[in-house]
Amino acid sequence: MIKAILIFNNHGKPRLSKFYEHYSEDTEQQIIRETFHLVSKRDENVCNFLEGGMLIGGSENKLICRHYATLYFVFCVDSSESELGILDLIQVFVETLDKCFENVCELDLIFHVDKVHNILAEMVMGGMVLETNMNEIITQVDAQNKMEKSEAGIAGAPARAVSAVKNMNLPEMPRNINIGDISIKVPNLLSFK
Amino acid sequence: MPAPIRLRELIRTIRTARTQAEEREMIQKECAAIRSSFREEDNTYRCRNVAKLLYMHMLGYPAHFGQLECLKLIASQKFTDKRIGYLGAMLLLDERQDVHLLMTNCIKNDLNHSTQYVQGLALCTLGCMGSSEMCRDLAGEVEKLLKTSNSYLRKKAALCAVHVIRKVPELMEMFLPATKNLLSEKNHGVLHTSVVLLTEMCERSPDMLLHFRKLVPQLVRILKNLIMSGYSPEHDVSGISDPFLQVRILRLLRILGRSDDDSSEAMNDILAQVATNTETSKNVGNAILYETVLTIMDIKSESGLRVLAINILGRFLLNNDKNIRYVALTSLLKTVQTDHNAVQRHRSTIVDCLKDLDVSIKRRAMELSFALVNGNNIRGMMKELLYFLDSCDPEFKADCASGVFLAAEKYAPSKRWHIDTIMRVLTTAGSYVRDDSVPNLIQLITNSVEMHAYTVQRLYKALLDDISQQPLVQVSSWCIGEYGDLLVSGQCEEEEPIQDEVLDVLEGLLVSNLSTPVTRGYSLTAIMKLSTRFSSDANSVVSIYGSSIDVELQQRAVEYNALFKKYDHMRFYSEHCCFVQILPALQVQSTHPPCFTGSIYTSSLFYRFNLHVLYYLVSLLFQANDLLDLLGGNDVVPVIQTTLPTKPASAGGELLDLLGDLSLSTYSKNGLKIEFTFERANPNPNIAVITIHATNTTEADMTEFVFQAAVPKTFQLQLLSPSSNIVPALNQGSVTQVIRVLNPQKQQLRMRVKLTYTHKGSPIQDLAEVNNFPPQSWQ
Repeated sequence: MIKAILIFNNHGKPRLSKFYEHYSEDTEQQIIRETFHLVSKRDENVCNFLEGGMLIGGSENKLICRHYATLYFVFCVDSSESELGILDLIQVFVETLDKCFENVCELDLIFHVDKVHNILAEMVMGGMVLETNMNEIITQVDAQNKMEKSEAGIAGAPARAVSAVKNMNLPEMPRNINIGDISIKVPNLLSFK
Repeated sequence: MPAPIRLRELIRTIRTARTQAEEREMIQKECAAIRSSFREEDNTYRCRNVAKLLYMHMLGYPAHFGQLECLKLIASQKFTDKRIGYLGAMLLLDERQDVHLLMTNCIKNDLNHSTQYVQGLALCTLGCMGSSEMCRDLAGEVEKLLKTSNSYLRKKAALCAVHVIRKVPELMEMFLPATKNLLSEKNHGVLHTSVVLLTEMCERSPDMLLHFRKLVPQLVRILKNLIMSGYSPEHDVSGISDPFLQVRILRLLRILGRSDDDSSEAMNDILAQVATNTETSKNVGNAILYETVLTIMDIKSESGLRVLAINILGRFLLNNDKNIRYVALTSLLKTVQTDHNAVQRHRSTIVDCLKDLDVSIKRRAMELSFALVNGNNIRGMMKELLYFLDSCDPEFKADCASGVFLAAEKYAPSKRWHIDTIMRVLTTAGSYVRDDSVPNLIQLITNSVEMHAYTVQRLYKALLDDISQQPLVQVSSWCIGEYGDLLVSGQCEEEEPIQDEVLDVLEGLLVSNLSTPVTRGYSLTAIMKLSTRFSSDANSVVSIYGSSIDVELQQRAVEYNALFKKYDHMRFYSEHCCFVQILPALQVQSTHPPCFTGSIYTSSLFYRFNLHVLYYLVSLLFQANDLLDLLGGNDVVPVIQTTLPTKPASAGGELLDLLGDLSLSTYSKNGLKIEFTFERANPNPNIAVITIHATNTTEADMTEFVFQAAVPKTFQLQLLSPSSNIVPALNQGSVTQVIRVLNPQKQQLRMRVKLTYTHKGSPIQDLAEVNNFPPQSWQ
């Protein structure tokens, strides 16, 4: 079972935190800080597995972390999960985010936290892996987003306009446009000195 | 009231804050705005406000006032609202808040909603944070959804069912019929979650396990299809078809095949196939192989397959990828108990991993190395492990040192090697050694009698080099105190220290800032002991500490001083002074307290106890000393013509009786008769064992009967405890006591005897000398 999924940046600021076990708010923040502390000490070319800190269950739980650009993706799992499998899961998660946000970067995660939560909800549910097929996840997330947009009412007008333009099916432009002879008098432009 | 700002605006604003205080201020302002907006019961902007609240919650600010708002959002008809509402419920609510029960009705309605996404949201939330009450209420709905043909909902229902089972195990039976055709699904998502559900059920209930064993052929078939099928773009991950599902199925097979021969046999082929055909160039392939290996090791597989598995692990160890190496070391650790020989083959690779830079790998390699140590490879392995101990990080040193001690104790090829190893550990990692190892080491050294000289020399040398490592210093000072005479007696292989040098070193320990109070206690005791062995006088040193600030040291110093003063003349009877021989044995026990750790409190507690025993023994010997005085000075003891009543006394005692056999009666007075019988002790012919029998011919009992004896300087005497101290009247019984006399120089045995008893209410004391033991007794 996955106990927690944390995403934070190189300075320890949380970008996403989802706990699948109950902790108090203070404990959650402490766990984030402790995990950051453990993970940031690691060198670049060491293995991705660490023992969990005291708060999150000590030596029974493992932290599996991957570092992408400025973000650390940390999954805290117990012994029933395969460590190498979780590594692949993180990879699939990041690739899905990439597809959904078009070249995802940290700013996307900052400004669209709710969307990231929705994508994650399609992948992991209750601490267990729900779906690993990237296309399937993206299809479902898109469908739900469409539902949201259709409800949005007046506030959604600009968004609807944008998506309308995107989806517009322009008929093919005719190759030759015969406008006919138009004599246009081109005035003599004075030369500028 | 202006429209509340959007989430994006809020995030942007917060990011402009330059300090924590500024950020806090902004957030507090926004919280206030949100709170007033909630009070106004504004439906349009509620979801926006809750979204902002969730963001602030992630940053660590309190957000509990939004909990009820989440409920209101869930109850709304709009999908957007429901989405944020459920997300908020998952993040802000949990079982401990009473509010969460209010969600139950909403979730129930949403589980039956027409839109699948709403149903999905409800299932998701229930599966994440549903409490046992909620699960009990809604299990029926979940079970219904488990049978639907909509694969999107089916997979979510499966995971929700897992959560329900975890919370309320009794409901497991309810889901059984729905699982019947879960595995015949084509959709991989559903397959995956179904396997998870089956795994959970099998792990929780042995009945379920039996029931699902019949699914093994089906699982094997699915796995086969996955491997054999060609490239399928939707499930492909780096060239392998749905590795997540493969790994899950392998795990379920492991659980089903455990301790069951038939299932294990059905799996053998497919496991061999996966193990040999999977490509190992990418992480996915290795993940599958790893899971396969774990499965092979767990079920009752045939030996060829097991060897294949361990070889795969061996190959993993050589892989460049650190993750793979880590994973291999972990699995080898699990299997080393059962397949010890197979793992031994990879020993050299494992030992190489000790030199890896990665901390996690080093730790695993160290644990595995200790598990692999056996009688054959102990020397080689210990060399590597000691080298590792030298160079590893401090966090490992304690564990490594303990491991080395354990391994050395079990498999040491010779005592000398054992002591050398221990010394090496003490000198390299002395300060990390655990507290209880000091008394264990002292015990070990005591027991290896022939190594005493060698040990004390080496420890002395180590002490000269470095006095900062406390366990080393403690063991060394104890040994020097104990065997200091061996140190200066000329048995040294190298430069021999003189007595003063040794005492100087011990004094240096006492004054050094590096010594802990426990160490000071050890060295003070050592100095005291040496004062009896060496001819120089350590009294001055000890008495200085009579006014030490440390209570323990002060007490020891004062008590030792008292001992010295009172029994100073006994110092010259040092060979007879068995009390200093008793002290080490007692001290060792003092550092082996059953329930405390080696703290100064306990050592002083036991020390005080020992000292009382000491006083008692010393007082006994003191009385013996009186007798010795009567016998005269140090050397040749003049024979004092006996003033003993050798004539028959009134009660009909007997004359000195030089009997042909080895018994003689030597004392008889006032009705008390003591008979000496005699034999030689096996195997040591120098020891004579004398048994006295005391009988009483008067009409009254003789109570508090104490028999004491003393022998001249060249002998050693040991009095065992008497059978009782009441001599019954009229020869109705006797008191017996055994005396052992060591007579290495084969001189004439003589003995001074003192008797005390109470007869008819008055105490009686008598002295006698026995000097006509039969020649056989001492030749």
